Amino acid sequence: MLNKLFSFNGGVKPDPNKSASTREPIARLALPPQLVIPLHQHIGGTPRPLVTVGSTVLGGQRIGAPDGNVSSAVHAPTSGRVVAIEPRPMPHASGLSSPAVVIEPDGLDTAIERELFDWHAAAPGEIRDFLRDAGVVGLGGAVFPSHLKLNPGKSGHTDTLVINGAECEPFITCDDMLMRAEPGNILRGALIMQRMLAAKQVLVALEDNKPEAAAALKSAARALGHASLEVVVVPTRYPAGGAKQLIRVLTGIEVPHGSRSTDFGVQCFNVATALAVWRALEHGEPLTRRIVTVTGNVERPRNFDVAIGTPISHLFAAAGLKPDTDKLIMGGPMMGIPLPNIDAPVVKATNCLLASSPTLFAPPEPELPCIRCGECARACPADLQPFELYWHSRARNFGRAQEYKLFDCIECGCCAYVCPSHIPLVDYYRYAKSEIWARERDKDAADSARERFEFRNWRADREKEEKAAKLAARNAAKPAVKPADGAAPAADVAPSAGEDPKKALIEAAMARARAQKEAVAAKNTDALTPAQQAQIDAAEERRKRASELSGSDAPVK
Amino acid sequence: MITALLVMAGLALVLGATLGAASVLFKTQGDPLVDKIDAILPQTQCGQCGYPGCKPYATAIAGGDADINQCPPGGDEGVRKLADLLGREYKPLNAEHGVEKPKSVALIDEATCIGCTLCIQACPVDAIVGAAKQMHTIVGDLCTGCELCVPPCPADCIDMVPVTETVESWKWRYPVFELKVQPATLPAKEAA
Amino acid sequence: MYNSPYLRQNTSVRRVMVTVLVAMLPAIAMQVWLFGIGLLLQIAIASATALACEAAMLSLRRRPVARALGDGSALVTAWLIAVCLPPLLPWWMIVIGTSFAIIIGKHLYGGLGQNPFNPAMLAYCVLIISFPALMSQWPGLQGSDAATQLNWVLGGERALDAVTGATPLDALRTGLLGNADVSAVMQSPAFGHVAGAGWEWVALAWGAGGLLLLALRIITWHIPAAFLGAMALVSGVAWLIDPSHYASPAFHLLAGGTMLGAFFIATDPVSGATTPRGKLIFAAGIALIAWLIRAFGAYPDGIAFAVLLLNICVPLIDIKTQPPVFGHKVEPPDGGAR
Repeated sequence: MLNKLFSFNGGVKPDPNKSASTREPIARLALPPQLVIPLHQHIGGTPRPLVTVGSTVLGGQRIGAPDGNVSSAVHAPTSGRVVAIEPRPMPHASGLSSPAVVIEPDGLDTAIERELFDWHAAAPGEIRDFLRDAGVVGLGGAVFPSHLKLNPGKSGHTDTLVINGAECEPFITCDDMLMRAEPGNILRGALIMQRMLAAKQVLVALEDNKPEAAAALKSAARALGHASLEVVVVPTRYPAGGAKQLIRVLTGIEVPHGSRSTDFGVQCFNVATALAVWRALEHGEPLTRRIVTVTGNVERPRNFDVAIGTPISHLFAAAGLKPDTDKLIMGGPMMGIPLPNIDAPVVKATNCLLASSPTLFAPPEPELPCIRCGECARACPADLQPFELYWHSRARNFGRAQEYKLFDCIECGCCAYVCPSHIPLVDYYRYAKSEIWARERDKDAADSARERFEFRNWRADREKEEKAAKLAARNAAKPAVKPADGAAPAADVAPSAGEDPKKALIEAAMARARAQKEAVAAKNTDALTPAQQAQIDAAEERRKRASELSGSDAPVK
Repeated sequence: MITALLVMAGLALVLGATLGAASVLFKTQGDPLVDKIDAILPQTQCGQCGYPGCKPYATAIAGGDADINQCPPGGDEGVRKLADLLGREYKPLNAEHGVEKPKSVALIDEATCIGCTLCIQACPVDAIVGAAKQMHTIVGDLCTGCELCVPPCPADCIDMVPVTETVESWKWRYPVFELKVQPATLPAKEAA
Repeated sequence: MYNSPYLRQNTSVRRVMVTVLVAMLPAIAMQVWLFGIGLLLQIAIASATALACEAAMLSLRRRPVARALGDGSALVTAWLIAVCLPPLLPWWMIVIGTSFAIIIGKHLYGGLGQNPFNPAMLAYCVLIISFPALMSQWPGLQGSDAATQLNWVLGGERALDAVTGATPLDALRTGLLGNADVSAVMQSPAFGHVAGAGWEWVALAWGAGGLLLLALRIITWHIPAAFLGAMALVSGVAWLIDPSHYASPAFHLLAGGTMLGAFFIATDPVSGATTPRGKLIFAAGIALIAWLIRAFGAYPDGIAFAVLLLNICVPLIDIKTQPPVFGHKVEPPDGGAR
């Protein structure tokens, strides 16, 4: 059916290094003594915890509720007791902590009764809500909530649904092994997605260095017998697995930065996401486990099926971390992030854990000046001019860096891979991007502060005006009121008031206020205990001090 | 002679008319300079500069009444940006107006708060919620860290807490630039 | 602390520079074989001067000396200066030219990667403006033995007759000034088959070295192709219009510094344009100006001036020729480039 493949510019061909971790099948890893489940594992709002410390949870029980629609739920992978809800170190380059639910498994692995969901009969909106509550997010690394992408948009249909099994990055094999193990269910998930998106065709794409997975998928596709479903083998070239690059290879469409591929009639999901969708809808099984490749400087590299929340140290212990390991990486060697903390948990985004040693990944040679040789521009799959981005990022000239389309950079690392001057180009882009984001946050905060300040000033002016207007109105009304009721109070409160009606009025008002105050204040001040009296005295004392400090004569309005 | 005079006079008329038309056509509304300065100021509205808010300070700078180094929350970077915008010489922050501090937000100790509303009246950006005799609290996201609520508090229950980095606000560091000779490799006397 | 990518291709500036040096060897060998070993001494003097100046400037600028010397960029500059100067120049001229290139042309602008002008061409221009007489003395084929050549380079007494003087470009120019016609001037045996006895072979050797650079992906096709194409085009048009006053495209392609310029000088990445379309404009501009100087200017060859003139235009060319970014190809990119 698909008779033509396209190509993207640039790209590199690093040594795949995938064979080590594909020798053994996927192993199901035993539960650790403690699971640390971060509440925020995806793009979007942080889920609210639904459990409290000390409560018991069951396997598959929801422990974090999605915060709004751009969010996703979080579930307990097994039964046990919640021992803490507190910030714990995250698998993040910063090593900082973020709120997490800590569960001590009871070893029984009792599952909660699954909500069975008849997705065949349900409306697309209901299926999306169900997937949100099942915590299904993109497992290719971006962890974008899947239910948001399973929406055909205004047009109501999609041309092409791409299921991404390219897995172009060296060392990572979790998708490869998953495609070999469960090709049928991946395709069934893809067909559900096809129905939701009303997609004309489904293309399951993988690189030509995974012949076993391709064969498994092809025979599963034949068994399913859907004419619109096709398994496509694409040439191996990093980063063919980038969503935009893969869409370009399959359809020739280039999705620019900042627009959604749906607008171009294409949508792309990872193979593991397709499987998660199938499991959630067919079995009511929320996303609580994933496949993680543990490889690099370890004794027994392989893929593990692990509960989300398992400490990374637990996986490395199972794979046998070699002693000369100098750093740990989450993800592959091209785009992975450094892990400062080995006790950080596996999260939904963790596709690979890579142990590095000086012999495996030699520390880079010292950075030399850029000679503008243009190698990076030739390698860039986004058709950028990386050396210009580097130049402006290094000079902290962020405006110019954005003019050269810094945010179109996908941080694939091709430029730094080919750079003869050994410049850590991507580090400069990451630095510039996070600086720009921080500045935007600051600017938004300043703008909101300015607005609120101006509103407050406007309100103060308005109140002043209103008071003045009220006073003026009262003054204007006075002559009319005076003959009617002015005489009576003047007579019984102050006999001399007749000479000065104004004074009399004030006197009358003060008397009324006094009477009112006595009536209100007297109520609960009778029969006080000494302790209460002392408290009142203390409060009065504070109030007095306050009025002295602020120089105002009325501490309480 | 006559021709030359006519040419010059004609030229003067045409150019004068063009300039006059341009001044009418391209007349700017308001004073964009004040807005540009205001955009650089951090909008803490703290008054440390001696003016009741950022906008008045911006107006004073534009009018030449205030110097550019009176804004501690804007810090050194802010002074540099102002110097850039106005084409003036950079000068260090004037210590009379305070020193640059890490960004903080106010936090009310809820056990001590007596509900006097004084801080609510002091807050320039309406970031404190509460009512008379009710406990008050500060909306951390809206707080600019101006510290104006601290002195009026009769119970001394407001603390300034520095904002810490989170996973979301964490920034990638500037890559170490290794071209310069590190002090360790310099000759001993220079290193010492 | 360093972050991803942790994988790096086995490549370095040093490797790039060494490859360029290797690609220069065929032409150097050809020149030595045809004109004698004086050139080797020139290369040695230029290299020593370049390394000494580079080391001195690096230590003055407090940069790590050994690492930057090892990148080989100074050697490439030195060799380029040595091969584009007339062979058998006295040693002090080479020292002046090379130190000017390294100190003023390179390090005063911030060292490797920062120089807006091609350092070798700067050196050539400084020398031809300062010492026009010496710079026009080119030796004839097998004009002198090795001992004499070494003696001259080391500053010995020069027997001016033995230095036969003009290059083919120079001879053509003088002949045309004397109202002779191109074919009459080219009758002289010094013109060889096409573009000067001997020199045409050296030019072909430069072309061979350049093809090696292309094959090893050190340079892209854009600059040589645009350079040679534009040179052939302008000289061809002029030749078709008036063959008695303008030399043939074949002559222009093989004479003087055309081949050296197309493959080794204009392809300097630091001072040249970097975008694909920018490279085409940059190289075609050099060829056009070089031909204009050859045909109408006061100097026999104009590659060096043309390169420096186009170096000035590089920032503008680069800004105006930014290639469209992935996904932005439908709408015109900034500057209305498409």
